[in-house]
Amino acid sequence: MNASREIVRYTAPTRINHWLVAIGFVLAALSGLALFHPALFWLSHLFGGGPWTRILHPFIGLFMFIVFVLLALKVGRDNRMQAADWTWLRHARDVVANREQDLPEVGRYNAGQKLLYFLIVLCLLVLLLSGLVIWRAYFSLYFSIGLVRLASVLHAIAATVLVCAIIVHIYAAIWVKGSLRAMTRGTVTPGWAWKHHRAWFREVARGAAKPRT
Amino acid sequence: MTLQSLDIVRRSATTTPSPRARGAHTGEVAKLIDVSKCIGCKACQVACMEWNDLRDEIGTCSGHYDNPADLSAQSWTLMRFTEYENPDSGHLEWLIRKDGCMHCAHPGCLEACPSPGAIVKYANGIVDFHEEHCIGCGYCITGCPFNIPRISRKDGKAYKCTLCSDRVAVGLEPACVKTCPTGAIVFGSKDDMKQHAAERIEDLKSRGFANAGLYDPAGVGGTHVMYVLHHADQPQLYANLPAQPKIGAMVGLWKGAAKPVALLAMAATILAGFLHYIGIGPNETDERDEEAARRELEKPS
Ligand code: HEM
Ligand code: SF4
Repeated sequence: MNASREIVRYTAPTRINHWLVAIGFVLAALSGLALFHPALFWLSHLFGGGPWTRILHPFIGLFMFIVFVLLALKVGRDNRMQAADWTWLRHARDVVANREQDLPEVGRYNAGQKLLYFLIVLCLLVLLLSGLVIWRAYFSLYFSIGLVRLASVLHAIAATVLVCAIIVHIYAAIWVKGSLRAMTRGTVTPGWAWKHHRAWFREVARGAAKPRT
Repeated sequence: MTLQSLDIVRRSATTTPSPRARGAHTGEVAKLIDVSKCIGCKACQVACMEWNDLRDEIGTCSGHYDNPADLSAQSWTLMRFTEYENPDSGHLEWLIRKDGCMHCAHPGCLEACPSPGAIVKYANGIVDFHEEHCIGCGYCITGCPFNIPRISRKDGKAYKCTLCSDRVAVGLEPACVKTCPTGAIVFGSKDDMKQHAAERIEDLKSRGFANAGLYDPAGVGGTHVMYVLHHADQPQLYANLPAQPKIGAMVGLWKGAAKPVALLAMAATILAGFLHYIGIGPNETDERDEEAARRELEKPS
């Protein structure tokens, strides 16, 4: 806690890491979507044309994967599901309706954030493995045609799920006011922490939770 | 390369009609390869190299007659040799199949290609790659049921037999057809080629090849390169010519349902967020929350 009583939620290295993942994701998604549907092929102009889009995309994907792994390792501890999380999920309706008073107390992350975390981990693993298989310039020749076809479908599905998951993630930051500054300036107000992550707020208040990440 | 004299009926990754005011009123074309007449001299391979200005690297002997060992960006056609011991007659048969693009009516490569206009199908049935639009992703390889396209190491573009679209456009037959010394390769309208094939098949049957027949697989809508086979009941004998080629189920899913469903899912997710924000609104932290937090913080612990 600093002088203005704000609570530190993310240290600078974590924030930088997060935004590297975000930039990587946006570039990977835009370059991938350019090849996914004819209606989106124009996105390839952002990357210098079709061939450059094709060349760059897998490297951007790899970059995103690597920086994501660093971030995931940092926040993994706080994303383990606990008993209260399942109760929280049963109250999904209250969550959506902004009725937080009826929910069990939330730690550093709520159950929705935790599930999103696991979903993104899963998607990125599928994207990495399938992406290597369909990487024609270097790797496809080592795999059977059946596997390349399967990987093409899996890559498209995982990309779709990931894009939808990230849309939810971005919307959550727009919806829950006061969240964004946690990732830009690193701090939240005590009221925000008390309201949305009370268990974590109390840990911080007790001085039990030093900002590790 | 784009040929203004040929009209395009399908164009890869394109959702509006392609230029097609002029039709192929004389019908679709086809090349008929009579495997029973082929002597494996490879004159067609040489003619293809010459006409298309291709020079593959000189390879090494792989222990069989296939030379080069596989199709490549510089070798668009290749004789594949199979030694087959016929269990019925006890004879050793030398099956020689000229491999190359089959020019499918429903081309898997065109279906899969993400780059607008990199693959086109002309009104006369020829499937052509326009390398200047190719981005080199290799999706055509993934989509092709016959394992034909190859990406060049020189320029990262995909190449395959053009059926000499440039020659056909000006009324010439493909180079391989022109050069074949035994008349095993013939070219004409698809109807004429089928009729010619029927005569050849009758002749083969009269010579003891009871299963002689035409290879024009329906799974890809028929092809514009067809074979007369002595063992049409077992196309696999001919260096694994697929018995029932079709666009793979995974390719169908990837290029069919997946695309609209995925875009719809993404649009629906955005719409849900928009409706939620307008309908229910943001979740704000107000002065009472700050007050409650302050009380807790000040509580002596
Ligand atoms: C993890 C590392 C990744 C690798 C190695 C990879 C590799 C590839 C490759 C090789 C392609 C084929 C086009 C090309 O050659 O450029 C492709 C297509 C694609 N990628 Fe990735 N990618 C990765 C991550 C991602 C991510 C993070 C996204 C974002 C959502 C994504 C979305 C897409 C999409 C939408 C396509 C087009 C799929 C289609 O045509 O159906 N990829 N990827
Ligand atoms: S490699 Fe070229 S022709 Fe083949 S699918 Fe990709 S863009 Fe199309």
